[in-house]
Amino acid sequence: MTTEAAVWRDLGLTDSEYDLICAKLDRAPNGLELAVFSLMWSEHCAYKHSKKLLGRLPVEGPHLLMGPGENAGAVDVGDGLAIAFKVESHNHPSAVEPFQGAATGVGGIMRDIFAVGARPIAVLDSLRFGELDSSRSRYLLDGAVSGIGHYGNSIGVATVGGEVYFEGPYEQNCLVNAMCLGIAPQERLTRSAAAGVGNHLVLMGARTGRDGIGGASVLASAELDSEDADKRPTVQIGDPFEEKKVMEACLELLDRELLASLQDLGAAGLSSSSSEMASKGEVGLDVDVSKVPLREPDLEPFEIMVSESQERMLAVVEPAQLAAVEAVCERWEVRCTVIGSVTDSRHLRVYDGDELVGDMPVEALVDDCPLYGLAPEQPAEQIYPAPRRTLAPSDDVAENLLALLGSSNIASRRPLFEQYDSLVQSRTVRRPEAADAAVLQLRHDTGGSSAIAVSIDGNGRRVACDPYWGTVEAVLECASNLACVGAEPLGLTNCLNFGNPEKPHIAWQLSRSVDGMADALNELGVPVVGGNVSLYNQSGDGPIYPTPVVGMVGLVPDAARAAAVGIGFREEGHTIAMVGTPQPSLAGSELAKLRGEPLPTSLPDIDFAAVERAQDAVRDAVRAGDLASAHDIAEGGLLVAIAECCLAGDIGARLDFGSADVDWAALEPYMFGEGVGGFVVAGPPEAIGSLAERIPLDRFGIVGGDSLRVGDGARLDVPLAELRGAHGRLGGAFS
Amino acid sequence: MKFGVVRFPGSCDEVDAVLACEQQGDAEILWHGDRDLRGVDAVVIPGGFSYGDYLRVGAIAQFSPVMEAVAEFARDGGPVLGICNGFQVLCEAGLLPGALLPNTELRFLCRQVDVQVVNPDTPFTRACAVGQTLSIPVKHTTGRYYAPDETLAEMEDAGQVVFRYAESWNPNGSVRDVAGVCNRDRNVVGLMPHPEHAVDPLTGSADGACLFASAARMVAA
Repeated sequence: MTTEAAVWRDLGLTDSEYDLICAKLDRAPNGLELAVFSLMWSEHCAYKHSKKLLGRLPVEGPHLLMGPGENAGAVDVGDGLAIAFKVESHNHPSAVEPFQGAATGVGGIMRDIFAVGARPIAVLDSLRFGELDSSRSRYLLDGAVSGIGHYGNSIGVATVGGEVYFEGPYEQNCLVNAMCLGIAPQERLTRSAAAGVGNHLVLMGARTGRDGIGGASVLASAELDSEDADKRPTVQIGDPFEEKKVMEACLELLDRELLASLQDLGAAGLSSSSSEMASKGEVGLDVDVSKVPLREPDLEPFEIMVSESQERMLAVVEPAQLAAVEAVCERWEVRCTVIGSVTDSRHLRVYDGDELVGDMPVEALVDDCPLYGLAPEQPAEQIYPAPRRTLAPSDDVAENLLALLGSSNIASRRPLFEQYDSLVQSRTVRRPEAADAAVLQLRHDTGGSSAIAVSIDGNGRRVACDPYWGTVEAVLECASNLACVGAEPLGLTNCLNFGNPEKPHIAWQLSRSVDGMADALNELGVPVVGGNVSLYNQSGDGPIYPTPVVGMVGLVPDAARAAAVGIGFREEGHTIAMVGTPQPSLAGSELAKLRGEPLPTSLPDIDFAAVERAQDAVRDAVRAGDLASAHDIAEGGLLVAIAECCLAGDIGARLDFGSADVDWAALEPYMFGEGVGGFVVAGPPEAIGSLAERIPLDRFGIVGGDSLRVGDGARLDVPLAELRGAHGRLGGAFS
Repeated sequence: MKFGVVRFPGSCDEVDAVLACEQQGDAEILWHGDRDLRGVDAVVIPGGFSYGDYLRVGAIAQFSPVMEAVAEFARDGGPVLGICNGFQVLCEAGLLPGALLPNTELRFLCRQVDVQVVNPDTPFTRACAVGQTLSIPVKHTTGRYYAPDETLAEMEDAGQVVFRYAESWNPNGSVRDVAGVCNRDRNVVGLMPHPEHAVDPLTGSADGACLFASAARMVAA
């Protein structure tokens, strides 16, 4: 069936996929149909390399209200309220144009949230760049952070948390994942299935332009190379003011029950939104592209169908409600146009005025894309080069500690999060870096004392060391962060950022990572509510670190209790202790990275039950109000965690790791090693004493002074000011 | 006591402002397209990005129907508080002296800062003491207050500098640490910090509540 002008190949379709399309249509597709198919059958829309794997993840749980398949999933937080949330990638657009790429990533994930009827209340972001000494990385960082702030700040949704890592393998392929949470009365949760033959199909929001044409197939599903500049016109441009109006209009329309269904326009624009609505509703749709309001007059019908212009929503409206819908949109100054209707044809029929310009079975578009199995194969050796050495091996504890505190992956994120409005909507009980998880009160929604907590996590280098245990760590770490503010996890959203899955070693990473995630979630009893997959994140320099990013939402019964416990040590004389029995190891740690040590090919096994016991104990102690501070031990290990507690509380600590003739070299893994399941807690001696009755803990210090000192200070006695100086080093990246 | 909180397309902090006002009295939203102020006793122009702020911050909002009514309300001595974007709108509308320029760092900045009350003799500071320090967040890109030296000198003499950033807390390069000002009649007050985000210890501070309490006290008196 192939011809010389095999245009489908340029659109990312294989010959056999093209043949299958011809078979489904019983003819060759015209240009418009081919464009639509190429997008609907791209990895981005069809998950053709990942769908089989994703079936391993648990998708049911006691608090789940809406699972994968809708615009966003949702969990029950009590009082008749739902929290909808989802994380999504905007990696490739951000690598081409970081400001607009990140901004429209935030805009896109917000539309997913209000498409299900939830008002967006918070954004978190997960970013990965190359090492900071690269000017490209600093450019991407600056652009992405500005873009996230530009969109979130302007629309009035708080950016309450996030994470960022700098590692060589992200140099050519940065990652920009954005997560959004929204709140809704449970009865307002809205599904996207089109229904009611004869109902109007209504397009709301911005005009359609040429931006993002081919984004889903050209940008989102192909490896980037050095010709990225040529792709710049396909990156979408964001307009948060338009989105703000569209959001308010949609929420009012849903509140007044004027819409039969609602769907946002994201990747593949009108093509995917219309065919997915039709597929879920088991109906057909007729779309007249001549009715679509255009930003430039000469768009071809196929361009209108695939344009990724931002700030657009598609709704199904009963004819009797149309006037009311138009009135609401007019009040919010939002464009609203009938562009088609619901039919019983089970076909997506595209008209240009009276002329039929495309006719495709919905099932073929949405369900018939071939799914590919992976051919995973564990590589014989570590595929990533050793990181570049920036710190000479030394047994000088202070030198190592200061190097870690000032390293790009550990230094304070204040220079980033101060560029975000973290306060708007008056829910933010715990701001960024005040606690391990953001805490958002629900008092204005429920009148009660409850809150939700949210954290986003994923350490790609650890997953590169061991895709299975590294991913388990990410999930457990997220739950540990929630435990530190007294939250019980309700659900998780994930974004799987990987290289090219058609390569066996990437397939192996992906497969092991999903297994690890599934096992950890089953242990915790937490379901996946939805998520996103971003594959083909690789360039000539090789693949990114495998980076599963997980965002977890939990419930806090009493916001005031959570507000009383932060990262920071609070009071002179409080006892410092480590809860849990992590098995810290230097392999794959930040210290090993700074020393330029090769990545190992495995991480130690994790005792799930022990980690959960520690999380339960910390969560209960925080909820009971027993602790002054609680902090999960993560990157950099125990001593870094303690230093962070000192800095957050602006008070020193006196530690004692045993007798004076302690073997410092042997102590290094204990001080700087990494492994999930440990917490630094502090509180009145009697409170720590009663916690010790419940769970083994290691009491090794007292809060006080203006330095971090071990023993008599001979090996370590660093003034707070010096710790703070090192910790503040990231500010230089923005000057 | 009834507060009216204006909602422009692109307002972000209007719900927060309503919550803060409701601690002291009643509050309702005033739609930008309406001229009717619904008999409110005080008007709050909230923060956000009115009409997207794509031209110049606050530049479009001054032409909205509600602002015509607010200007008349202000001329008649009615108390008006502009917060952040609201402050920018009031400056653009000529109801307050001076202008807001981009921060010296040219970036959006969200930070809790210490603000000192300079003039407690306005409808929004009556419940505060001279020199009282309030912990209130700022969050803006265009918050560097500017007025020519001679204007500033006149303003200081006339008690029109209402708030200053406390020493070493000036986040944006504002001239003479000015954080908030009022008109000659002192009934129109504008400031860059967000008192409506400082009315609850749980979310960081309750120091901003005194601005709204001041207005309520004045009306009750």
